Amino acid sequence: MTAQSIKWFWYASPQTFYPVAGVIARWCGTAAAVLCAVGLYMGFFVAPTDAQQGEAYRIIFIHVPAAWMSMFLYVVMAFWAAVGLAFNTRLSHMMASALAPTGALFTFVALWTGSFWGRPTWGTWWAWDARLTSELILLFLYFGFMALQAAIDDRRRAERAGALLAIVGVVNVPIIYYSVQWWNTLHQGASVSLARAPSMAAMMLTGMLIMALAFWMYSIAVTLVRVRCLIMDNE
Amino acid sequence: MLAAVRCVVYRDLLLALRRRSDVATALLFFVIVTSLFPLGIGAEPDLLRSIAPGVIWVAALLSCMLSLGRLFAADHADGTLEQLLLSAAPLGVIAAAKALAHWLVSGLPLVLIAPLIALQYGLPAALYPVLALSLLLGTPVLSMIGSIGAALTLGLRGGGVLLSLLVLPLYVPVLIMGAGSVEMAAAGLAPDGQLLLLAALLIVAAAFAPWASAAALRISAE
Amino acid sequence: MKEFLSMGGYALYVWGAYGVTFALIALEVALLVKRTRRARKS
Repeated sequence: MTAQSIKWFWYASPQTFYPVAGVIARWCGTAAAVLCAVGLYMGFFVAPTDAQQGEAYRIIFIHVPAAWMSMFLYVVMAFWAAVGLAFNTRLSHMMASALAPTGALFTFVALWTGSFWGRPTWGTWWAWDARLTSELILLFLYFGFMALQAAIDDRRRAERAGALLAIVGVVNVPIIYYSVQWWNTLHQGASVSLARAPSMAAMMLTGMLIMALAFWMYSIAVTLVRVRCLIMDNE
Repeated sequence: MLAAVRCVVYRDLLLALRRRSDVATALLFFVIVTSLFPLGIGAEPDLLRSIAPGVIWVAALLSCMLSLGRLFAADHADGTLEQLLLSAAPLGVIAAAKALAHWLVSGLPLVLIAPLIALQYGLPAALYPVLALSLLLGTPVLSMIGSIGAALTLGLRGGGVLLSLLVLPLYVPVLIMGAGSVEMAAAGLAPDGQLLLLAALLIVAAAFAPWASAAALRISAE
Repeated sequence: MKEFLSMGGYALYVWGAYGVTFALIALEVALLVKRTRRARKS
C-alpha cells in the first residue's frame, strides 16, 4: 500500500472526517450564496425577455438546475452506496443517507417549478411529458430509499438495504427514462414538450449554469452538515 | 444446481397448492380490479376498448405485487430461509428459483385469464395473442424485480405498502412496454419493437435480479 | 420596480416558483440547524 492509498481510508474514519466536513461545508455554503446572488442577478436583470414566453421563462433559471441536481445527486448517492457496500465503510453509507433528502427536495422543486412554468406557457398545471414524468418517478425512488431506511431499526441493515436499493434504482433510471420518452412520443398529441426551452441566448445559458453551480455548492454544504449530524448521532 | 432449482420450485408449488386460497385471492383481485374501472369510468365501448391494455396491465402489475409478500415471508418465519442461506447451491440460483415458482403461481395464470378480461373490454380478438405474449414476457420480470423488493423488506412493519413504494417505480418500464405493445397492435402498427424490448428486459432481469435478490436476502437475514 | 414585481403579468407563476423553491431551501437549512443543535446537546 502506498502512502497515497492510506490517506483515503484515513479520511474514511468519521472522527477524522468531521472537522474536514465542517470546513468544506462552510466554504461551499458561502460559495452557494454568492453564486446564487450572481445567478439570480443574471437571470432577472441581464438575460433578455423571451419573445414567445415573456417573463415566465425566467423560471428556467431554477427549474433546469434543480432537475440537473436531482439526477446528479441520485447518481452520487448510488456511488456512495456502492462504495459503502464494497468497502464496508460506515461514512460512505452516511453520505448516501445524507444526500437523499436534498435530492428529493430538488426533485420536488423541479416538479413544482416545471408545473408553474407549464401553466402560463402551455396552459396546464401538469403535463405528462417525458421529463416531468421521469422526475416524478425519480421522486418516488428517493422516497422509497428514505422510507426503507426509516423502516428498518437496525442501523447496519438499514444502510445496506438502502444502498442496494439505490444501486438497483440508478441502474433502472436510464431504462425508466428511455421507456417514458418512448411512451411520451406514442401518446403525445399536438401538445408541446416542456423540454423544448426557448432558444438559448448565451446569457440565459450562463445564468442557468451559474445557478446550477450554486445549487451544487448548496447541496455539498447541506449534505456535509447532515453527515456531521449522523456522525454525532452515531457516537 | 438444477437439482436445487427443481427442489425449490417443487417445494414452493407444493406449499402454494396447500394454500390455494392465497393464490386464488390474488387472481381474484386481478379480476375485481379490472371490473372496477368500467364502474368508475363508465361502460362506453370505445372508451373501454382504448383503455383495455393499460387497465389489464396495471391490474396485472398490482396483482403480482400483492402476492410478493408471500415470496420469502413464510420461509423467513419458519427458519427455512436460514437453511437456504447456508445451502451449497448459490443463493442467486435459489432466489431465481423462488421467483420462478412465484411467477408460475401468480403471473402465468394472469396470462391465461387476460383474454377473458380483454373480452369484457371489447378488445378485438386479433389482439389477444399480443396481449398474452406481452404478459408472458412481462410478468416474469415483475416477479424477479419484485423478489428484490420482497427480500429488502423482509420482516419489516408496514412491509406490504413499503414494498409497493419500492417496486412500482421499477415496474414502470415493463408497464409502458407491455401496454404499449398492445396499443401499437391496436393502432394497426407492428408491436415488434415493444415486444423485443420486453424480451430484453426479461433477459436483463434474469441475469441481474437473482443476484440482487440474493444480496438483499443476505442483508436482511443476517 | 413595479415592473420587476409584476414580471410582465406572470407574477404568480414566477414568484410562485421562486418563492416555494427558496422557502423549501430555507426550511431545509432551518431543520438542519435544529438537528445539529439537538445532536450537539446529546
